[in-house]
Amino acid sequence: MGIKGMKYEEFGDNESLELLRKSGSNVFLTTIDDVINWGRKNSLWPLTFATSCCGIEMMQTGAPKHDFARFGMEVYRASPRQADVIVVAGTIVKKMAPVLKRLYDEMSEPKYVVAMGACTITGGPFCELSYSVVNGVDQIIPVDVFIPGCPPRPQALLYGMLQLQRFIETETAESKKKRSASHSYK
Amino acid sequence: MDKIQIGEFIKSLDSDLEIKGGKQFTEVTVPPSKLHSLASQLREKEETSFDFLICITGVDYGHDLGIVYHIRSTKYGHTIVLKSRTADRENPVFDSVTDIWSGADLHEREAFDLLGIKFANHPDLRRLFLNSAWGFPLRKDYIDDDIITW
Repeated sequence: MGIKGMKYEEFGDNESLELLRKSGSNVFLTTIDDVINWGRKNSLWPLTFATSCCGIEMMQTGAPKHDFARFGMEVYRASPRQADVIVVAGTIVKKMAPVLKRLYDEMSEPKYVVAMGACTITGGPFCELSYSVVNGVDQIIPVDVFIPGCPPRPQALLYGMLQLQRFIETETAESKKKRSASHSYK
Repeated sequence: MDKIQIGEFIKSLDSDLEIKGGKQFTEVTVPPSKLHSLASQLREKEETSFDFLICITGVDYGHDLGIVYHIRSTKYGHTIVLKSRTADRENPVFDSVTDIWSGADLHEREAFDLLGIKFANHPDLRRLFLNSAWGFPLRKDYIDDDIITW
């Protein structure tokens, strides 16, 4: 998918969205896809998951000053079965890694992962010379959006979540099937 | 008592000890065999009465392993540093001071967990954070397969 490094001018630009969609499919199905994707992207419910300092920034993004309830992420679900997206906010250490994998497995499809902060991208400030930190959460679970920063500002987290919404908007039934298949075990 | 008077008093307890004036505190270096008796004397003697153990730190000096105690007297307000080291890396054993200061319990378990320093007569010496699959990560010769080297 081509949502890498979207330019600022293109963000509100609908033409680039059209280019990202697969061309030449059935009009009726694409309309249904549009409606379904619209519903999904505007009500992404995150799982309550925060380990470290990025968790505090995520809490601030939910606080009134930079509110993410206006984008649909109003409700945090404590149970992974009811959550759509897991925002991995904070350092993942080797003792926490099996827990995270288990939570991710328990989430039901369609599920998305946002890696927030430097620690989840490569291990962050602890990547060298720490015996206990996992060097990047994509060693454990497949990640959709990486948000750099230590910690990323609330505006940066919102930008990342909006990128995820743009990504969901361009999904088709086939790409969804492929994603779900890649998540399942053999 | 100030730094110099403490140093002299401790020297009078046992003249073999090495006493040095550091920038902040007086540092007393003691061989492991005399550690426990000196520590209990420091607590019981009226002139020093070190009744508060601030911290125990395990150190890997490269060839030696050692521990550093910071102790303070709440009665007089003076603090000293007690140091001890051993060259035995296979089986480093020091006497536990939990019977003198009971707060030493978790500090000694942490030193055992991360550096492998054993403490004799400790009531419950087991690992605190890690499991036995990790070796002793804070030793200088610890080899980590996951380290990124650029």
